[in-house]
Amino acid sequence: MNIVVCLKQVPGTADVKIDPQTNNLIRQGIKNTINPFDTYALEEGVRIRERHGGKVIVISMGPPQAESMLREAISLGADEAVLLSDSTFAGADTWATSYTLATAIKKLGQYYVVICGRQTLDGDTGQVGPELAEMLEVPLITYVSKIEEISDVQIRARRMIDEGHEVIQAPLPAVITVTKEINVPRLPSLRGIAKSKSATIPVWNLQELGGDPVRVGLSGSFTRVVKIFYPQRNRQARIFQGDLGNQVDCLVDELKSAGLV
Amino acid sequence: MGIQFDLNKCIGCGECVPACPFGLLEVVNDKVQLKEGCTLCGSCQDICTYKAICIESVPDTKLASDSHQGVWVFAEQRKGRLKGVAYELLAKGRELANSLHTELSAVCFGHNVDKVSLIAHGADKVYLVDSPEFANNPEDLYTSLLADLIRQYKPEIVLAGATSLGRSFIPRVAAILGTGLTADCTGLEIDIEKRLLLQTRPTFGGNIMATIICQAGRPQMSTVRPRVFKRSAPDKIRQGQTIKVDFNKECMTSRIKLLSFVEDITETVKLDEADIIVSGGRGLGKPENFQLLKELAGVLGAALGSSRPPVDEGWIPYCHQVGQTGKTVCPKLYIACGISGSVQHLAGMQTSDTIVAINDDPNAPIFQVATYGIVGDLFKVVPMLIEKLKSE
Repeated sequence: MNIVVCLKQVPGTADVKIDPQTNNLIRQGIKNTINPFDTYALEEGVRIRERHGGKVIVISMGPPQAESMLREAISLGADEAVLLSDSTFAGADTWATSYTLATAIKKLGQYYVVICGRQTLDGDTGQVGPELAEMLEVPLITYVSKIEEISDVQIRARRMIDEGHEVIQAPLPAVITVTKEINVPRLPSLRGIAKSKSATIPVWNLQELGGDPVRVGLSGSFTRVVKIFYPQRNRQARIFQGDLGNQVDCLVDELKSAGLV
Repeated sequence: MGIQFDLNKCIGCGECVPACPFGLLEVVNDKVQLKEGCTLCGSCQDICTYKAICIESVPDTKLASDSHQGVWVFAEQRKGRLKGVAYELLAKGRELANSLHTELSAVCFGHNVDKVSLIAHGADKVYLVDSPEFANNPEDLYTSLLADLIRQYKPEIVLAGATSLGRSFIPRVAAILGTGLTADCTGLEIDIEKRLLLQTRPTFGGNIMATIICQAGRPQMSTVRPRVFKRSAPDKIRQGQTIKVDFNKECMTSRIKLLSFVEDITETVKLDEADIIVSGGRGLGKPENFQLLKELAGVLGAALGSSRPPVDEGWIPYCHQVGQTGKTVCPKLYIACGISGSVQHLAGMQTSDTIVAINDDPNAPIFQVATYGIVGDLFKVVPMLIEKLKSE
């Protein structure tokens, strides 16, 4: 049976700087990568296959360039990849994204687990996994840090919540979202790299997907971005001067007069 | 559909280039060009003098219904104790309800919850589902129960905390209802004229703020970061109505089974509810050095935080991690010791009221968000600070 892993290509924003003159993100030299949180999802999918067999199918909704990321996923152990790409998919919010992914997963046929990263690095909402579960009408376990046991029909997993951790049991198929604690992703293998170069990656547009045109992209989105702005970073830090003892005294005086200590 | 450039109108002035928050526009051969990744936010369209940029609007087939009224707050509890974010949302929800001249209701699922305090903190009505089954927050049951209540009572706005619970089950409710949900909001306002909720949230790891609306779907739903809004003082004589909602066990079965729960026994002061946080980073060098910060935290009555590297190194448990993949905090005072301030860390703490940075690298990005900075060796500065505070 299939293990489906959802991936997103994101700008590798780890080193993003703001240009102090224009206040813009400096994008030069920033490559697109697999959303870091999704690499744990992919690795976990490959590990489940190694123990239980089946196929790891990676899917992504994105522009044509996202194909390179799917090839990378194959080099990291995925068996097959499908890219969902169509100009009508642009501007999708989490609802429309989840609808598009859910439609593709149903079309792929029987699966027993869908794995997503806990959130993306760019949009950062963490909503697609839960929305996807509901659209597929299957159980959901979020923030999974360890799969304790998985069979064809059932999963037992440990998940991290604000107050500690829970061990949850759910029937399969199910959707899980995973945290970085779950594994250490492997590096691409030589065999994987060779396979990724020759792999055919089908691209499904709206017609091939067979989705409802009013539920994808901008038209399927309930939310709209109406304004984008930069957070105020006009905090001019007061850097204390003089010898350290003096600096510490000044700091404590400031904090005291602000009523903080 | 999408963004269109009328190259006959475009004179290549480049005015739109800095307007794109994602830096996707460039001028090539005197004409504008767009790179991949456009979110159709419209910033460039507004700025173009020559009206060369057009974002085709989508005919709104889904129209919001006027039959939805009232603001709802999902008041999260655990083991009967309401979370801080429930009170913060009641304060904000009260403000929104007043602007809309409508009612504020709290929805509370739990067992033996203090419903009186929900009214004292601003709720006109409390929809209460009290059942021993709810002591451990079963997400499957909450999803169908909240979706049912929303269908029945039709609120126009639903707010919930962006906690692990809220972030897990609220998107499922939105998916069932077919409406928009904005994650992790840090700002909420009402556009009175259009009766719309303006939801502002950080994106791109806190580098960009986006204001989002949900025009067509109802209710408009948001999860809100804890400690962003201030709670209001309770009004003990405030009157309100409690509606006990029947919970029929037979009709609802959870597919999920909770086998065990282990609480993190951490410090006495919880990170997400602390007024003061003392946080350490890679600059601490080794696990034993957290002892120094613990001492400082003890003197201040503060919680202990960490950036990601010490957690990855195993110096301190994950539950202390502040940042994009850890906790988002907003204390009155945040003291960062030996933290350089990666974008991901800043995303989790930059909304703190006052930030003190102690770092030996004057160019560390943490100083860009700090209120006060000491450039120096933390192993000298922190002991002096402890001594000074003790002597006060």
